Amino acid sequence: MNDVQKKAGDLACAGAPRSEDEWDTGQGSLDVPDGYTAVNKSPRRLDALKLALGKGTYADDLELDGVLFVKVLWSPHAHARIVSIDTTEAEKVPGVRCVLHHGNVPRVAYTTAGQGHPEPSPYDSFMFDAKVRFVGDRVACVAADSERAAAIAVSKIKVEYDVLPAIFDPRAAFAEGAVQIHDEPEAVGLPGYDKTRNIAAAMHVDHGDVDGAFARADLVLEREYSVPYQAHCCLEPHSALTWLDEDNRLVVRVATQVPFHSRRILARLLGIPLQRIRVIKPRIGGGFGGKQEVLLEDLPAMVTLRTGRPARLVLTRAEELTSSRTRHPQLLRWKTGVMRDGRILAQELDVLANTGAYGAHALTVQSCTAGKTLPLYRAEAHRFLMKAVYTNLPVAGAFRGYGGPQGFVALESHMDELAGLLGLDPVQFRRMNVVGPGEDNPLAQALGEGKEGPPQRFRSCAIQDCIDQGMAAIDWSRRATLPKEGPIKRGMGMTCLMHGSGIPGVDMGSARLKLNEDGSFNLHVGATDIGTGSDTILAQIAAEALQVPVEKLIVYSSDTDHTPFDKGAYASSTTFITGVSVKKAADGVVRQLLDAAVVMWAHHGDPCPREGLFVKAGAVHRPDGKSLGYDAICLSTFYSHDQHQIMDHGSHMTFECPPPFAAHFAEVEVDTETGGVKVLRYVAAVDCGVPIHPKSAEGQTEGGIGQMLGYALSEDFTFDPGGKLLSDSFRHYKQFSALDMPELQTILVKSFEPAGPFGAKSVSEIPADGPGPTILNAIADAIGIRIRELPITPEKVRKAWLEKQAGGAK
Amino acid sequence: MKIELEVNGARACWECEPHEMLTEVLRRNGLLGVKRGCESGDCGACSVLLDGEEVPSCLVLAAQASGHAITTIEGVGDFDDPHAIQLAFVDATAVQCGYCTPGMVIATKALLEERPSPSEREVRECLAGHPCRCTGHKKPVEAVLAAAATLRARGVVSDSGDDPIADTARSVG
Repeated sequence: MNDVQKKAGDLACAGAPRSEDEWDTGQGSLDVPDGYTAVNKSPRRLDALKLALGKGTYADDLELDGVLFVKVLWSPHAHARIVSIDTTEAEKVPGVRCVLHHGNVPRVAYTTAGQGHPEPSPYDSFMFDAKVRFVGDRVACVAADSERAAAIAVSKIKVEYDVLPAIFDPRAAFAEGAVQIHDEPEAVGLPGYDKTRNIAAAMHVDHGDVDGAFARADLVLEREYSVPYQAHCCLEPHSALTWLDEDNRLVVRVATQVPFHSRRILARLLGIPLQRIRVIKPRIGGGFGGKQEVLLEDLPAMVTLRTGRPARLVLTRAEELTSSRTRHPQLLRWKTGVMRDGRILAQELDVLANTGAYGAHALTVQSCTAGKTLPLYRAEAHRFLMKAVYTNLPVAGAFRGYGGPQGFVALESHMDELAGLLGLDPVQFRRMNVVGPGEDNPLAQALGEGKEGPPQRFRSCAIQDCIDQGMAAIDWSRRATLPKEGPIKRGMGMTCLMHGSGIPGVDMGSARLKLNEDGSFNLHVGATDIGTGSDTILAQIAAEALQVPVEKLIVYSSDTDHTPFDKGAYASSTTFITGVSVKKAADGVVRQLLDAAVVMWAHHGDPCPREGLFVKAGAVHRPDGKSLGYDAICLSTFYSHDQHQIMDHGSHMTFECPPPFAAHFAEVEVDTETGGVKVLRYVAAVDCGVPIHPKSAEGQTEGGIGQMLGYALSEDFTFDPGGKLLSDSFRHYKQFSALDMPELQTILVKSFEPAGPFGAKSVSEIPADGPGPTILNAIADAIGIRIRELPITPEKVRKAWLEKQAGGAK
Repeated sequence: MKIELEVNGARACWECEPHEMLTEVLRRNGLLGVKRGCESGDCGACSVLLDGEEVPSCLVLAAQASGHAITTIEGVGDFDDPHAIQLAFVDATAVQCGYCTPGMVIATKALLEERPSPSEREVRECLAGHPCRCTGHKKPVEAVLAAAATLRARGVVSDSGDDPIADTARSVG
């Protein structure tokens, strides 16, 4: 056995698995091992061919006999009480089987935020309510034999509204005398919740002597920033199919990131035992946080319970954009105190967030705005102030980055501006203040998930390497000589970023693994592949531990009847949390394989000690060169000796939350005559630990950048004066297309995270943090104007340019 | 009403309502690889070839397709015989959630039949009507260029436009 094989064998064999304590504390070497056989490689993704053939079945890709089509009547008013609903004419439409509204469904306060129990979001929603709170809020729904009949019936529901004053400006939401959006007695939230002032969540965190540190600073800079709504734009709309199976149980097939949370929340909402519900997550056409919401499955489920018939609800694109969830718009005020030498003393962040009509994720997204940004640079003292307020506008929720993208717009714009004021190079200024390996995160405890969080220490941290490699890739030295003459000017900007890996002390994932007679394995995970590649990545982790090719794994995921629990696909947790549960299950299976091999060899009259056995290439090997294949071992344990099923399971929760780090770089061209900004080049250097599937890690990075270049430059919600969304189609909500994308380069920087499976930490959300501030910094370099508001439309750039020419702005 | 058309090389005679769009009728007849993303022609998820030309099937009345040849993603390749374009998407890791992929594969097929050696710019123009929220479009562009190279090497397409696949599609209906 050569060294590489030995190392791989050691990693997988029974003597090597790490103790629980080691996983939980993330202790261990930071060296990157070589000799991996299945991880840190990019095999074909397990579902890719199926999807490219068009054979992937998404929620709506199932034909059900007798299915009822559900259509929703949405509120035309931003804020109104429902005085009466008359469904007489609607019920007369041929084919109509069921009409639901607030008068005939249970009234259960809940949150649509698909979070763990107990959810840290306010319980301020109902299946239907006697009040509507934004244009696009639920009023009623109709189930009919055809989609057309349902749509006609919806148009015949007569509703009398008592229209109320509406709040569209978050700054006005908590003012004296403002109309109360949630005046229902049931609405409750965590400390800080004050529905009488339209405050869905609030925080105040002080770390260190904040005022003292600002008083000692040589320079204090304070700036305000504004970031807009953003739509997830999953190409697959929210969809749910429901039916009763032969045991009269409710089956819910839904486009969700959180099948287990969906089951738990549905049981409460519908008033039926949880054990009577099975939630199935089929293939998912993108989530990005939008499908972390338990948004629509309650309606077809209620229809099915009422009628006994299958039901189907699929949102249209306009409904998706208007009535699903969005990224929280924020107004941010960032204040930093620095010394002349560039040392940061204190940072203060004040966020006013618009959570829209309901408070889904209002506390935790905003808490992450601070949690992902404030710890990135060392400081003696920190302050975080936050209010998330209700308005009569579309509802915000979870969205890739989860508050980070908003916060980094402020922090990383601020860092560039500070460097300029101090006469320092922006890269050097960051390098001297950015955290490094072995340092503690001083804010981890204060900024937990709705409660105190566990303490955190940064272990793997290759941010300096990210900066080095990103600068080399974009050739940062060109920055000084980029053309500034003429109306079209060029500039370069950069940012440093960090994120998290799962919710420490909260998120749990689990896996079950069993051996078949041909040496293949069934891997059952609750984890939810929404296009992230997690089915493949978890199979690779199992394959590495088992020392088999990844093709030997048959993955089945996300079915509440047939897979073990998982928190769901959010918080950058699947690889880091569920991945370790898979590793634990596989390590257990390896131990059982070694035991069974010892039994077999004894029965063959060729006994050998268990010590020294190792697994490699789908077989148990002993030091004298003899081996037994997994297929032979399985046959023996099924039919001959010590008969049992070789099978194990693993669960994982950790108090560790190692941040991935990244440095982003962009080169832009600004046309001062039109205000147009063209992104020419974009480089992302990311430290995500050992990437399990490097091509997928690149794909996550490139996709996150594509999504967020739209956030930076082109995506915006526009409303009519009554609060109706006007940009409710892909034609009016402009994403970056293949033609808009710049030349894009991803660098996966070498790093090893001891708390992660085979050295991995997360990669899916951190790319979303970068494009906003990176583009703002590049524009500032190009035209010498600091824009502090997204999206950076040509109108804003042109206006700022004209003001600068007139000497009115700096 | 009844429509008669050629679908993936086989004759089909289907019932539909006069107002129904082709997307709905194809899906109702089991061609579920035709995805619904916007129903306004803005996303390309429902793209099919109509007499060899890419069309968003959500903007075509089913009745308009009567008498024509339709190729859906199901007609492009199968597990036993995937098309080089489909394999290129798989091998480039250009398939993430996969919801846009059938439409992109259809668009690529139409493009490469017309332009066997497209420039990167032409590939981007082709995919611009296919928003993809997962990939940032980098790997899909790479996949199309790789598929073009594979097909040229196999002589399946050439600059003369002599393309047996396209000819099959054109000959039906």
